[in-house]
Amino acid sequence: MNSFAFLRAETASEAVKALNTKAQAAFIAGGTNLIDIWKYNLTHPELLVDINRLADCRAIIEKADGGLRLGALVTNADTAYHPLIESRYPLLSKAILAGASAQIRNMATDGGNLLQRTRCYYFYDANAPCNKRVSGSGCAAINGYNRIHAILGASEHCIAVFPSDMCVALAALAAVVNVTGPNGDRNIAFADFHRLPGDQPERDNNLQYGELITSIDLPVKGFEQNYSYLKLRDRQSYAFALVSVATGLELDGDVITEARIALGGVAHKPWRAKEAEELLKGKPATPENFAKAAAVILQGAKGYKHNSFKIELAKRAIIRNGMMALHPQSQRPGAQPSL
Amino acid sequence: MFIASDDIFHKVWILAKTLNPMENEHQFNELQTVRLKVNGEQHELLLLPWVSLLDALREHLDLTGTKKGCDHGQCGACTVLCDGKRILSCLTLAVLKEGAEITTIEGVVRGNQLHPLQQAFIDHDAFQCGYCTPGQICSAIGLFKEGKAKTREDVKELMSGNLCRCGANIGIIDAIMEVKDGGMYE
Ligand SMILES: Cc1cc2nc3c(=O)[nH]c(=O)nc-3n(C[C@H](O)[C@H](O)[C@H](O)COP(=O)(O)OP(=O)(O)OC[C@H]3O[C@@H](n4cnc5c(N)ncnc54)[C@H](O)[C@@H]3O)c2cc1C
Ligand code: FES
Ligand code: FES
Repeated sequence: MNSFAFLRAETASEAVKALNTKAQAAFIAGGTNLIDIWKYNLTHPELLVDINRLADCRAIIEKADGGLRLGALVTNADTAYHPLIESRYPLLSKAILAGASAQIRNMATDGGNLLQRTRCYYFYDANAPCNKRVSGSGCAAINGYNRIHAILGASEHCIAVFPSDMCVALAALAAVVNVTGPNGDRNIAFADFHRLPGDQPERDNNLQYGELITSIDLPVKGFEQNYSYLKLRDRQSYAFALVSVATGLELDGDVITEARIALGGVAHKPWRAKEAEELLKGKPATPENFAKAAAVILQGAKGYKHNSFKIELAKRAIIRNGMMALHPQSQRPGAQPSL
Repeated sequence: MFIASDDIFHKVWILAKTLNPMENEHQFNELQTVRLKVNGEQHELLLLPWVSLLDALREHLDLTGTKKGCDHGQCGACTVLCDGKRILSCLTLAVLKEGAEITTIEGVVRGNQLHPLQQAFIDHDAFQCGYCTPGQICSAIGLFKEGKAKTREDVKELMSGNLCRCGANIGIIDAIMEVKDGGMYE
């Protein structure tokens, strides 16, 4: 039996303390990822620390610098439908609403979303080798059925992708993750939060054991005038992305003064290429210019037996979504193509 | 419920159901008291921490209207309302819901009257086998409460978390649209 002890924490420091009394403990928030994986017998926590009642982490508040702070225990649904998110960070709202289902978004928390595990079939199959699940056991995906796998930033040890939609928007918005742990508090820039697999694919991100995400900060810039989230998948809804793109633009007339482009479903982390964003600065927002940016972003892309189609798909999605960002009001439910 | 939940026999019965005698005795130490208000009735359960809300409802409270489809968050059959919000009871632990108010399909009738959605599902042939129906109806009640669905396209997108293997989807969306447009809900 995969059994565990259970403890309900009331404060962040109590939660961190409780977790650090054990070598194999985990926080539990919405449970939508942890319980799934636990039921597949892929994780064996000896203790679960319930963090749902941490009063300090359950609100969205305006910061003195003009940005917003999302408490780690706010649900994905409450975030996406929050009036300040809808009006100032609609890109984040659309990305969240393109993920999972209404029920799951009512349960899933903003902190938990950052820490969801990959959906690689072999990670989920306890009988298959998987370096992410059992370090050193090998990677069944590289020569296996790798249709959903990475085309950017993969290693010979792991080609899994990070599946979150919300995090693609957070990468484009350059959010900051606030954490507290046994060694105190720290802030992690979103680009440095998740990591590439390298030779340690068992580590999805740079959080240390026992660290708790308390909140996520959104900088002032929300790209609320020109934004779009496009999610391409095998069915129209309730499926993970094969490729997704978050685009935010600032325009002076039709000339781009600032661009943000992040991709989901293509790598071990949300993929943002600053060179491509720089290239777009000062140029008109045209399909030709987005194509140039797409070529830069996909420069080092490498396909495997079943997923090479993603390279062309990603390029086209970047171009399409760039144009969609010029008409954000045409966004369709489920982040489908709208133009 | 055939036995009042504060009845000592009920506790013994729950213990017998919960504890596998082959398992370690230390599991007794892990038992948690969980108070849930289900369909208006207060219950106090003694549960091991890994009992899902779904299993607590079905196996411990004998409310078998809520269905177990995939047990992994992928089908929506287990949808219930928790403090008014639709959630998947298979992906949460009963202990995490200590103090919550749960509504299951058994709790949506209004006296002797079917809920308008139940009637509309009948009128629109919105099911064949009926396995997904309790989840569909609880989910649609949550959808109305959220108030975010304006168009048929919105309803389809926001109901995508409830799969129907019989393919009654068109009837399901028709039934929901009828109740939504008729304003026959709270
Ligand atoms: C069927 C299905 C479909 C889905 N589809 C999508 C999709 O299309 N797009 C998408 O983006 N997501 C999707 N998801 C994933 C979903 O968004 C995540 O499961 C969810 O965001 C996780 O949040 P949670 O609060 O439930 O996390 P939990 O399951 O509670 O926790 C996940 C992990 O994070 C840790 N943790 C949680 N909170 C904290 C914290 N504050 N500090 C430190 N550690 C913490 C836990 O210990 C655990 O390891 C889907 C899930 C399911 C089941
Ligand atoms: S049984 Fe819960 S979603 Fe399928
Ligand atoms: S009616 Fe059979 S699954 Fe929906």
